[in-house]
Amino acid sequence: MIVALAAKDVIAKLTEKFPGALEEAGRDAILVKADSLLEVMTYLKNTPEFDFDFFNFVTAVDYYHYFEVVYHISSVRHNHSIFVKTRCYDRENPSVPSVVSLWQGADFQEREIFDLFGIRFEGHPNLKRIFLWEGFQGYPLRKDFNR
Amino acid sequence: MPFKTEPFVLNFGPLHPSTHGVFRMRTTLDGEVVLDIEPVFGYLHRGIEKLAEERTYTGFIPLTDRLDYINSMSNNLAYCLTVEKLMGIKVPERAEYIRVIIAELQRLANHCIAVGSMLNDAGAYYTPFMHAFREREKILDLFEMVSGQRLTYNYMRIGGVSQDIPPEFLPAVKKLVGIFSHFVDEYDVFLKQNEILLARAKGVGILPVDLIINCGISGPVARASGLKRDLRRDDPYSVYDRFEFDIPTCENGDCYDRYRIRIAEMRESLRIIAQAIKEVPSGPVIADVPHLIRPPAGEAYAHIEAPKGELGCYIVSDNSIAPYRLHVRPTSLINLSALRQMVRGWKVADLILIFGSIDITMGEVDR
Repeated sequence: MIVALAAKDVIAKLTEKFPGALEEAGRDAILVKADSLLEVMTYLKNTPEFDFDFFNFVTAVDYYHYFEVVYHISSVRHNHSIFVKTRCYDRENPSVPSVVSLWQGADFQEREIFDLFGIRFEGHPNLKRIFLWEGFQGYPLRKDFNR
Repeated sequence: MPFKTEPFVLNFGPLHPSTHGVFRMRTTLDGEVVLDIEPVFGYLHRGIEKLAEERTYTGFIPLTDRLDYINSMSNNLAYCLTVEKLMGIKVPERAEYIRVIIAELQRLANHCIAVGSMLNDAGAYYTPFMHAFREREKILDLFEMVSGQRLTYNYMRIGGVSQDIPPEFLPAVKKLVGIFSHFVDEYDVFLKQNEILLARAKGVGILPVDLIINCGISGPVARASGLKRDLRRDDPYSVYDRFEFDIPTCENGDCYDRYRIRIAEMRESLRIIAQAIKEVPSGPVIADVPHLIRPPAGEAYAHIEAPKGELGCYIVSDNSIAPYRLHVRPTSLINLSALRQMVRGWKVADLILIFGSIDITMGEVDR
């Protein structure tokens, strides 16, 4: 049985380890500030207690005031999973750190988010459009996209 | 003095019979040896996630058929489970059993295509493929019986299934289970020890377990390398916890194991179906769900063990009649993540076989 880890336990650990890295406490997900995303993810992946080695998926949601990037990661050994989220408030130049260095599975999916939302993933080895053609104007999954 | 050679770039696809759709690879070759590939996607991108945002929750079900068009029933199921999770709907028992039978039949149909087309890619032109297709045809007949369609079924509904199964369905399934296990045995006898298949597939395109975990690869491809991860067991949905079945795994993770694992999974699916048809209860097939669905604001993620791997659906609702955001976890796209490492150093003919052994559908890759 894959157990969804209680976010509050993980949040307690993370606040202790990285003070100031988390935004307000969510109920079912961990909300990390974009600039500390990479170190929090590295910690979650490499700490034996969590051991989040299996990269399920990453996607994004446009909430008008900010973009939310949603990561779902799980552990094969402990059989638990968790949602980690981060927000970027800049609509003109949204960017979050890339996690490709930790999980190779993020490669295509981060490109997909860049393609459809226009969020830049800093440190991605090959960030370019994946589904739409080069030269396409706009980012279709944004709520203000005009066809 | 040796010849002076230099690598050259060969464009492979998008319209090539072995790409299973419209997939393109920019391959860098040294003679016949693959040095590197760069997958190019997007030839079948229809923007299904965007289309979802302007459809009602029920109105999106036909579009899920078009994701992985070989496994429409599984896509229906993954989507309906997510909305049910979002709304807290309890599905009637009869519908749960019908769903399990249908989902396992769908797995049989998928593995017929997977194995058949993989052998096609290995050079066994069309004989194993046609044998597998002949059997798949019988499953499509059953699906036609319940839904009226042969490919895009649109059968599941939020809270159950669209209509009850006809009285002749369960006897027909029972008959099929008997025929099908003979077919699987026969098919396997011809191919398991086939010298050409062994020479072509054994030790080719090995996928190590740590790479599988790192990439998030799931389904038969992961189990062929020995990762015992199956959501039917690890995170049971529907009524899978009531049936007895094994999760077959292999240990080498080469193309031959990816063939074997699918044969083994077909046998397990037949076991589940045989148990399920004995216990189908009577009663309604759909819960009491309003015609116009407005889930409470929030988000949900549900996943199933689709024939190709973990197929999930992530929905954000804002309490309106259409999803605010809908994301499908694309099994096929994620299973391609490690393709580059798998094919490096192999020949072009092996590249085709390795790619075929992953078993992808472009409809799900590009969405």
